Amino acid sequence: MYMTRRIDGDRARFKKIVRGAVRSGIRKYLSRGELIGRRGKDLVSIPLPELEIPRFRFGKVGQGVGQGEGNPGDPVAIDPDAEGTGEAGSEPGEHILEVEMTIEELAEIMAEELELPHIEPRGKKNISAEKDKYVGIAKTGPESLRHFKRTFRQAMRRQIMSGTYDPADPTVWPIREDKRYRSWRTTFEPESNAVIIYMMDVSGSMGDVQKELVRLTSFWIDTWLISQYEGVERRFIIHDAEAREVDSETFFHTRESGGTRISSAYEVCLRLIREEFSPEDYNIYPFHFSDGDNFHDDDEKALELLGELVPAANIFCYGQVEGGYGSGHFNQIIKTKVEDKEKILTADIKDKDGIYDALKAFLGTGR
Amino acid sequence: MAMTSAAFKFPTELKEIKYEIEDHARAFGLDFFRVIFEVLDYRELNEVAAYSGFAHRYPHWRFGMDYDRLSKSHSYGLSKIYEMVINNDPCYAYLLKCNNLVDQKLVMAHVYAHCDFFKNNLYFEHTNRKMVDEMANHATRIQRYVDRYGTDKVEAFIDCCLSLENLVDFHWPSIRRRDKDRPEATGPFNGAQGPMRGGESCECQKPCDESSACSGSGCQSGSCGGRGDKLEGVGYFPDDDDEEQIQPRRLRSKGYMENYINPPEFLEARTEEIRAKREKGKRFPESPELDVLLFLVEHAPLRNWQRDILSIIREEAYYFVPQGQTKIMNEGWASYWHSRIMTEKVLKDGEVIDYADHHSGTMGGSRLHLNPYKLGLELFRDIEERWNKGRFGKEYEECEDLAIREGWDLDLGLGQEKIFEVRRLYNDVTFVDTFLTDDFCRRQKLFVYAKEEKDPTWVIKTREFDKIKALILSGLTNLGSPQIRVLDGNFENRGELLMEHEHEGRDLKWNFAEETLTNLHLLWKRPVHVETIKEGKKVRLSYDGKESNIKELG
Repeated sequence: MYMTRRIDGDRARFKKIVRGAVRSGIRKYLSRGELIGRRGKDLVSIPLPELEIPRFRFGKVGQGVGQGEGNPGDPVAIDPDAEGTGEAGSEPGEHILEVEMTIEELAEIMAEELELPHIEPRGKKNISAEKDKYVGIAKTGPESLRHFKRTFRQAMRRQIMSGTYDPADPTVWPIREDKRYRSWRTTFEPESNAVIIYMMDVSGSMGDVQKELVRLTSFWIDTWLISQYEGVERRFIIHDAEAREVDSETFFHTRESGGTRISSAYEVCLRLIREEFSPEDYNIYPFHFSDGDNFHDDDEKALELLGELVPAANIFCYGQVEGGYGSGHFNQIIKTKVEDKEKILTADIKDKDGIYDALKAFLGTGR
Repeated sequence: MAMTSAAFKFPTELKEIKYEIEDHARAFGLDFFRVIFEVLDYRELNEVAAYSGFAHRYPHWRFGMDYDRLSKSHSYGLSKIYEMVINNDPCYAYLLKCNNLVDQKLVMAHVYAHCDFFKNNLYFEHTNRKMVDEMANHATRIQRYVDRYGTDKVEAFIDCCLSLENLVDFHWPSIRRRDKDRPEATGPFNGAQGPMRGGESCECQKPCDESSACSGSGCQSGSCGGRGDKLEGVGYFPDDDDEEQIQPRRLRSKGYMENYINPPEFLEARTEEIRAKREKGKRFPESPELDVLLFLVEHAPLRNWQRDILSIIREEAYYFVPQGQTKIMNEGWASYWHSRIMTEKVLKDGEVIDYADHHSGTMGGSRLHLNPYKLGLELFRDIEERWNKGRFGKEYEECEDLAIREGWDLDLGLGQEKIFEVRRLYNDVTFVDTFLTDDFCRRQKLFVYAKEEKDPTWVIKTREFDKIKALILSGLTNLGSPQIRVLDGNFENRGELLMEHEHEGRDLKWNFAEETLTNLHLLWKRPVHVETIKEGKKVRLSYDGKESNIKELG
């Protein structure tokens, strides 16, 4: 029923230009944190100031005229752009152009750039999920879902029409017929599921720089895998000499110290798989980041556990970042001692430019 | 598209309301073009809005971008376009289909007032009232170029033009700055299009002294506008390089009176003046040119299709200027009338809530933004009250007794007459300058806010009337754009383009200025420069086709 509209041509041009701009900037995005925190459930918001048509115009003035109560000296608002680093403050109302892309689109551009093959999900049964979505207003429903504003308005309207509204005593009494409720619809969605298990070394030798590398890499891994599966869960494990499961906030911000026992992380990971994510139902993606400085007596045990872990997973990825005291030996150990090379992927992430190659190595297998 | 398919989409039920409101509006004294309403769904309305109200415009990606932005904020419930109205005769107005009846009534009343404003406000007098047709013609022309030269090429060129879109002379339509003998380039308002009355009220056309007319380059307001020029040079047709011919005109006198009637010092001064003017005549452009787009249309080395597109962009830019110049007034006027027509005539009891909801939604705003609807409405109401009660003039201004001021009522009843006069004669700058009073600022609780460097908190800085007014006015001046003029089209005698930013206390946004110069270079094809002030220092920003650089000037 949709007619072809004039605007469709212009929109297509716009989309094409956006895509081109994102694509030409993808290497920059890959190695910089600009997009982190900009991903919602389905969409990524990408700042693209270069798309704005440049004109001669004024820079910031740092003042404006407002309206309302208050005395000189009272705060009126906090400039959301001023937090953190960067240029302090822009004008209220001045905004940089942000375009929204679906995660699929972004992942596709990333895949084009990195030449990633699409993943064939393993033959798992599909899980059907129920989803409730609020879609409208109904005249009946549970009290807990009552829509206050609509109910109030309805009551007020009725009172005015029937002449029972008294401006001197503007109390509004809703009766049963006035009540309005939020209503929802349930939908079923088939899902092929995946779980990403991130493991990170937080021993003393892993500093903020290293964690930033992990954070960026994981952002793009997420983006890619989310685009390939309908349901993706993420779990986080940190370890030094001991390992534990944490939430994502803790994962990226914990500062620990002490030695490194990699086997501890693999143990927790295996337990997780055994208890919650059976390989029958899930595509499992463990990623491990470390500076490779493992206790020597632990190598043996870690490899043993790895032998157990790898068959359960689609792929197992090990990223070695350059730590404060240089790079460790664990990378070499995996490379030389592990038989099943097909499923174990390793990469050295020396700096932000290394992310590009790491992603290519991890995701380039199409599993 | 919307226009053709929707031409019949105006249900009878709404038609009856339309006639009712039209009658009320007319009875109140509003005077408008014929208004044609169309009802569109939100997608169609967003589309029309993306094209700034016109159904047929040339293809360009930014319309797609605007459409995306509008639909996004519509579907997130951040904003909703209730109506769209176009300055055209007949006036086209679009209504949103899913609005309830009260909203439609309000919007119609609003539209009639807008239309009255378009028709009667002086700043709209020179706009093309057949712009719907004109825009469609532009679309056709540009589409032909697209077919011929390819989308990418044409679109990239349009991008360059749009980058310079705001470099026009906002008073151009009402002031004749050039001699009328001189053919204009494809100017917006004197082509063979539409019933234009261009130049009727132009006062700058008085005959100039021949000495500049005969230099073949026409009269500039700068050279003929000065007082006391009447005596000089009349009747002379000197060649440019003929020094002998530079002689001021003498009054006839008998020999012995010569030194009294034509004092030598005076003659000498006149000679200097003529020489200076001769010198100026050799400059290019003769006097600084505010209409940068026109200068480029006339002098940039462009292909014919490029020149045509540039002049189209210029014409459309001029069409939208009055709307930018009268945003506060226009919306204030429309809001004033929708509220009067609705509350005094049209509203039924059961509709009050929805009306109040909608009206307050339109008037609301954040503390950081002055809502033009609100500001305009309150100013019009204030003017009406003041002129009804005689609160104007020397006597009232000088009265310092608060009690007397507050009870001041001469019962003049001039309010209605005054607001109609205001809507005819003013634009936002003069409107705010004349009618924003100290009392008004206090009643409306206006304040200036600011923040310290690196401190993210905006803080109320002052409630002083002068500061508030100055800040509002500076935001409205020149439509909030920097004033930039062409100084020299043959800078350094190398065909380079030199422009000047008239700095009034605010620096240019730097990265944008650089990119704009890059685009300008694509049109001018020789190095381009702009002189401005950056952080207190006079600088010249240049782009030579490869890189931009900044040079500090002494």
